Amino acid sequence: MILTNVESIPGHTITEHYGLVQGSTIRAKHVGRDLMAGLKNIVGGELKGYTELMMEARQEATNRMIAQAQELGANAIINVRFTTTSVTQGAAEMLAYGTAVQCQ
Amino acid sequence: MEPQSQEDVPMIFMIIGMLIYTAPIWMLLGAWIIGKITEKKHYKSIREREAAWVQIPALTGKQVPDLPNAYDSQLVVGSVVVSVDHFKRWLSKFRMIFGGEMKSYASVIDRGRREAILRMKEACPDADMFLNCRLETSTVSNGKGKAVGCAEVIAYGTAVRLHQAAE
Repeated sequence: MILTNVESIPGHTITEHYGLVQGSTIRAKHVGRDLMAGLKNIVGGELKGYTELMMEARQEATNRMIAQAQELGANAIINVRFTTTSVTQGAAEMLAYGTAVQCQ
Repeated sequence: MEPQSQEDVPMIFMIIGMLIYTAPIWMLLGAWIIGKITEKKHYKSIREREAAWVQIPALTGKQVPDLPNAYDSQLVVGSVVVSVDHFKRWLSKFRMIFGGEMKSYASVIDRGRREAILRMKEACPDADMFLNCRLETSTVSNGKGKAVGCAEVIAYGTAVRLHQAAE
C-alpha cells in the first residue's frame, strides 16, 4: 500500500479512483504515563510517553484507513490528511483520511 | 527532663518547616535551571541535525514538480509532544496581566516544530525531496486542574526518491 499526501503518486500512474477512505481512533492515556508526564512537566521539554501514545494512535488510524482501502480493492491512498481533536480532557481522537486509488 | 532534646526537636521541625514552606521557590529554581539546560541541549542537537539535512528540500507546494525520474514515494510523519516548564508557566502569569508576546512559550513551540520536521525527514533517510509538507499544532490538554498541559506538533509530507539515488 502506497500512501502519499499529494494528488498523484510520483513514479506511478493512477488508473482508477475509489473515493474517500478514513480511519479514526480515540485514545486515552493511562495513569502511569500521566504520572511520569506530570513529573516531566515540571522541567518542560518533550513528553516522550505522550509522543509515543500519539504515534501509536496515528498508526492505528492509518491502519484502519488502509484496511478500508483494501476492502475496496485499492493499492494506494493519495491526499492523506491527519487531524487531531481532544474529545475530553485526557483523550484524543486521531483521524486519517484520503482517496483510495488503483495505481500502476 | 532533658532540656537539650526539647531544644533540638523544635529546631529540626523549624528547618523542615522552612524547607516545606519554601518548596515552591526551590521547585521554581530547579525547573528554571534544568529547563534552561535541556533547552540549550535540544537547540544544539536541532541545529546540528538541521545542518545535516539542509541539502534535502522540503517543499510546501501542492503542485508536484515535473518528476519524470521519480522512483517511488511514501508518506512520512514526525510528531512531538512538548510542554512548558514550571518556571515559564509561573512567569506567564505576569504576562497575562500586561499582555504582549509570550517569548518563553514561543521558544518551546519552535523547538517542537523544528524537532517534528526533523523527525519527519529522518523517517525516510534516503529521500531526495519532501513534497506538500504540512505542519499542525494541537492542544493535547490545556492543563486545567490536575491535568498536564501540553501541545502536539505534527509534520507530515510525501518523501520522493529519484532514479539516480535508487541505482
